[in-house]
Amino acid sequence: MTTTAEPRTTPEIGGLGHSRRRVEDARFIEGQGNYVDDIELAGMLHMAIHRSPLAHARILSIDTSGAEAVEGVLAVVTGELLAQYNLAWMPTLSGDTQAVLATDKVRFQGQEIAAVIATDRYIAEDAAELIQVEYEDLEPIVNPQRALEDDAPVIRDDKEAQDSNLVYTWESGDKAATDAAFDQAAKVVSLETFYPRSHPAPLETCGIVADVNSATGQANLYMTSQAPHAHRTVFALVAGLPEQNIRIISPDIGGGFGNKVPVYPGYVVATAASLVIGKPVKWVETRTENLISTGFARDYYMKGELAISNEGRILGLRVDMISDQGAFYSDAQPTAFKAGLFHIVTGSYDYPAAHVTTKGAYTNKAPGGVAYRCSFRVTEASYLIERLVQNAAYEIGMDPAEFRALNFIKPEQFPYSTPTGFVYDSGDYETAMRLAMDMVGYDEIQKEKEQAREEGRLVGIGMASFTEVVGAGHGEDYDILGLKMFDSAELRVHPTGKAILKLGVKSQGQGHETTFAQIVAEELGIPASDVKVVEGDTDNTPYGLGTYASRSTPVAGAATAVISRTLRDKARKIAAHLLEASEDDLEWESGKFSVAGDPESSVSIQDIAFAAYTNPPPGVEAGLEGVHYYDPPNMTYPFGTYIVVVDVDPDSGQWKVRRMVAVDDCGVRINPMVVEGQIHGGLAEGYAMSSMQYITFDDAGNCIGSNFMDYLIPTAWETPRFELGETVTPSPHHPIGAKGVGESATVGSPAAYVNAVLDAIQHLGVKNIDMPVSSDRVWAAMEQAETG
Amino acid sequence: MNITVTVNGAEHTADVEPRRLLVDFIRSTLKLTGTHIGCDTTSCGVCTVLLDGTPVKSCTMFAVQANGRSITTVEGLKQNGALSPIQEAFKEHHGLQCGFCTPAMMLVGSALIEENPDPSEDEVRWAISGNLCRCTGYVNIVKSIRAAAAATKEGAPT
Repeated sequence: MTTTAEPRTTPEIGGLGHSRRRVEDARFIEGQGNYVDDIELAGMLHMAIHRSPLAHARILSIDTSGAEAVEGVLAVVTGELLAQYNLAWMPTLSGDTQAVLATDKVRFQGQEIAAVIATDRYIAEDAAELIQVEYEDLEPIVNPQRALEDDAPVIRDDKEAQDSNLVYTWESGDKAATDAAFDQAAKVVSLETFYPRSHPAPLETCGIVADVNSATGQANLYMTSQAPHAHRTVFALVAGLPEQNIRIISPDIGGGFGNKVPVYPGYVVATAASLVIGKPVKWVETRTENLISTGFARDYYMKGELAISNEGRILGLRVDMISDQGAFYSDAQPTAFKAGLFHIVTGSYDYPAAHVTTKGAYTNKAPGGVAYRCSFRVTEASYLIERLVQNAAYEIGMDPAEFRALNFIKPEQFPYSTPTGFVYDSGDYETAMRLAMDMVGYDEIQKEKEQAREEGRLVGIGMASFTEVVGAGHGEDYDILGLKMFDSAELRVHPTGKAILKLGVKSQGQGHETTFAQIVAEELGIPASDVKVVEGDTDNTPYGLGTYASRSTPVAGAATAVISRTLRDKARKIAAHLLEASEDDLEWESGKFSVAGDPESSVSIQDIAFAAYTNPPPGVEAGLEGVHYYDPPNMTYPFGTYIVVVDVDPDSGQWKVRRMVAVDDCGVRINPMVVEGQIHGGLAEGYAMSSMQYITFDDAGNCIGSNFMDYLIPTAWETPRFELGETVTPSPHHPIGAKGVGESATVGSPAAYVNAVLDAIQHLGVKNIDMPVSSDRVWAAMEQAETG
Repeated sequence: MNITVTVNGAEHTADVEPRRLLVDFIRSTLKLTGTHIGCDTTSCGVCTVLLDGTPVKSCTMFAVQANGRSITTVEGLKQNGALSPIQEAFKEHHGLQCGFCTPAMMLVGSALIEENPDPSEDEVRWAISGNLCRCTGYVNIVKSIRAAAAATKEGAPT
């Protein structure tokens, strides 16, 4: 086992491994952050949206006269009006279409119908309520099983070739090999479970200030965007605006978690309104608008089966599932992968055969399918395999940890090709698991469990040994709307040795301004405090696909390391010129070149930077700057083991986390403090999903979970305490060996929490409780098991 | 109607619509944008300010209800141009990530320390349980508030 190595640079330089305090904090702790809603431009107008109260209905008429009569209202925009500009519909990131403002039907509760532009937000909201829409009710379809029945009404009758509610079918792996594995199995273990709809719910909702100059056509769009460059291109395609005239500025973002990846109708309408009226237009969602209409996550009905040999070895995995896509297919994910990277579902285990089949269905629910703090459906995959493995261990009478150890991919098997086509870069699963077991005192808890039952108490211990896949692409296989999933870094070292680093990604709290400067510090020896990091302005940063799917460090971090090294190579030429030595005779040591054998003859990176502008070597281009577009050779595969210990009240079903131990291996850690902060946040969101966060719908398609009184977010009081551990298995193909960590804990932890609760009651015969595992569900499961 | 409110020590008089929420008055009229809006239901707490020293959610009060009262926002935390112990502690202990809940968390923390100079972990967690955070899992927020309490005690005149 290895842990984070001693940093190679001094704290003053602040390269890799330093828990450097964050640069961005200075503005936030003084209330000087600059979020979209803080932006106020001269003459700015405000927009409010009138939304459908019904889930499925035909629009017979829309009367906007009441709204138009309100003093202070400048315009009311409807789909009919947008259609004149060919903007009533827009493409989604999955290549489907989505209504910007409904013209024919409403297809989910909360769908956008009309927008009011007014001088004040209060006036805009008042007027939006006065819009009258006449509907003809249609059958609301709120679950995908019903949607796929032959007699179900077709939700997407706007699409010519669409004669059912089937969005796609998709499969991965080898059916014949998997069937053969199951034929040989001594035991087949199966689990049907539903990963319910959830919502990322960042505390800042989505919004835009659209400022289109009617004279020049220049569109400055201040947006809550995790992917500003990709959004610029989408805007160019949707609105037909020349791309050079679109500038997306993504200022400080109050959390994203995937919710700020898609392009939403409100962005498009505000931009169109600004274009037509010639004044800036601000639109910021209310919380209810955020929860009922923007990117939801999960909503997967999964059935998994494991084939197991007499010796307890896994032989194969079979998965069949249905994805509830809502009314428009708008998963933000690589084009070729309809179920995202769900086929990582084979997990941390070594077996030859797997087969995954999926159907996506349209329903009368909000669209989305965003990767909520995960790399495209990896959370669902990790949950299924870790639940299955735990259940399999019970069924064959093995300890769940030993069952995992027996089946783990071994360190010497890497790079490891999975039966669904991934090539895992590196891993040491058992070491991470044993560390977590030592930290939690696994054997003692197992003993206590027996004793507790005798005393009438219920104790459970559950684990998850997850493997994640993050950092898409490479571009050959992974693209979004054709845009290859590379990312970029532009580094400029100024004459005084200070530098500016510009990135195609965009932090939403991850701390890029701090950590990416550390990569430059490591590679060039320029103190991190001398490196300014700029993101989120498409006029001033190189093109990139954005920050989601834990791709910033694996892709843009690699780009940063590569461009730093390229500049170091140039610095060597300049140093040779200054020292009148041969390049080959120069040695590099953090921040300076010196002549081998003559350490007194040296020149610092700052002196070299000055010379790059004042005294470049003959024949060498002046300056010290460059840009690199990094196309990763493979994705990275972070892993770890999480163990949860719970006490379950046998009378009420209430459960409380007693211990939560998380061992993560994300390769080399750039800033351990920031890494741990990311893990804390992910563990809390995993707890939230497993215990309370839940969006559901009644039979009429009314969203239950449309505000923070119904959609429950854990407070500090409910959130468990976390104990962290680490191992370090560098990624062999990443320039600094880092793997990305922002999502590991959300991906890995839900199964650990749920496995722990089920471990406490599985002896009663309870095999599954769907999330959220609320106390009433636990109580009901125990009752049902006991009464048979 | 006309109201007079003292905000961060400065008196402001303004003519406000009776229905205008205090948070909108602070953000739009006074241009103090460190106070944020995160929900419509008094659940998330990012709009928290101190009203005569007590944390209140400014989305659940009308501006007119603050007439004659004294309000502290995040912009008023600095003392004599220097960061307050709670601000220093949030930076030192990585008590923030996206920064959206941070102003409110710091204000609630400072009010707690005023009342209870040595809060336990449970007392801190209870005090901030009206304020949501999506980034930190609360771990380092709790740590920051307790560190600020210790620093305040150390720095207090004996």
